[in-house]
Amino acid sequence: MASLWEYANPVKFMRLSNWLMPVSAVLAAALIAVGLYWGFFLTPDDYRQGATIKIIFLHVPAALMAINAWAMMLVTSLIWLIRRHHVSALAAKAAGPIGATMTLIALITGAIWGQPMWGTWWAWDPRLTSFLILFLFYVGYIALWSAIEDPDTAADLTAVLCLVGSVFAVLSRYAALFWNQGLHQGASLSVAPGTRMDWSYKGPLYLCMIGFVLLFVALVLAGTRTEIRARRSRALMTRERARA
Amino acid sequence: MIALLIRDLRLAFRAGGGFGLGLGFFLILAVLVPLGVGPDPVTLGIIAPGILWVGALLACLLSLDRLFALDHEDGSLDLLATSPIPLEGVVAVKALAHWGTTGLPLALAAPVLGILLNLPGAAYATLMLSLILGTPALSMIGAFGAALTVGLKRGGLLLSLLVLPMYMPTLVFGAQAVTRAAQGLDPTTPLVLLAGITAGSTALLPFAAAFALRINLR
Repeated sequence: MASLWEYANPVKFMRLSNWLMPVSAVLAAALIAVGLYWGFFLTPDDYRQGATIKIIFLHVPAALMAINAWAMMLVTSLIWLIRRHHVSALAAKAAGPIGATMTLIALITGAIWGQPMWGTWWAWDPRLTSFLILFLFYVGYIALWSAIEDPDTAADLTAVLCLVGSVFAVLSRYAALFWNQGLHQGASLSVAPGTRMDWSYKGPLYLCMIGFVLLFVALVLAGTRTEIRARRSRALMTRERARA
Repeated sequence: MIALLIRDLRLAFRAGGGFGLGLGFFLILAVLVPLGVGPDPVTLGIIAPGILWVGALLACLLSLDRLFALDHEDGSLDLLATSPIPLEGVVAVKALAHWGTTGLPLALAAPVLGILLNLPGAAYATLMLSLILGTPALSMIGAFGAALTVGLKRGGLLLSLLVLPMYMPTLVFGAQAVTRAAQGLDPTTPLVLLAGITAGSTALLPFAAAFALRINLR
């Protein structure tokens, strides 16, 4: 088994992602399709929430990936700062907009569910507020990437922002808890004994969650490959210009 | 380091240094809010802690983009980076000078604006205390944001986008302390948490900011 660090080499990374990206994309599509079909058409309606509960099959996986995308950016930023592997920085860059989109999906599906259930599109609940703040952190991160011209400077500065931002994002989460009592229910899924969900809900939910993870992997690989190719073409163009 | 502090303070107080701009902004905000919300004293009293803290936040933000930008333009930042003082110390001193010219005056002026906004009498001491405890964190976080954006031509708007989300915990605890005091509750817990944020950011953020500055000076 080759070491993980081998894939810091862009050529090896491109060779690996060349087959890994389509495979994870197809698997993600299949899992999400099966999960959503199972969840939307085969699972019975909830006795109190009716059909609105079924938005959970999009809401929870998106929220899961919204947080884990940031965690992945944190890890890849650290790898970039410590070991200076360009692929790592580019993967962090690629994950930014995807994480922001996942956050937005979680917020919007939550609002659509909240309107009939809570009677309001939006409430200043700690979970909702922290997600909105997480979204703002994503926006700041993406904006900093696009504002700096020199790619290495941009990678360094966004990596520092990601590290410091993580601390403040966690702090905001607890500040929001301190600030207001919640309307959002606690975790519906738990490894603790006596879980409260039936398998007709858990099954499609797990499928969708795995599907979203794979979808995220495929999207990040696609984004990173694009960035690597963009850098290659830029380097080629500079070389051509130098020769001319 | 003391010489640097005096230099920065002097630059801020001189004509064109921008001292008082933040204060003026703070005052205008406290005038605009009643004009927008309406003159009802009960409503104003309820929202006063939040308005004062949001005002302090925005007033701090105003002068942040010049924290390193002017020194970066005329080259004195390069001199500071090569001087025997560690760059972390330079950042800390500059943040301290920023606090002395914005945060501290805001804290001292806040009770007057509290009267304008009909803040309940029990909350004045807590208002000043919370601002004195909390605004150093705003200057420190702001110094980090300014260090990130120092090389950019139009960094001002980006700076607020980066810094404002990080101001959120400070705002929550500061405004909560004042609100609790206004309702006659014990404000100790938010005040302690506020002091904790200030202590933590003063201890750690100079290193992050100096790291960002070194990248920008590369």
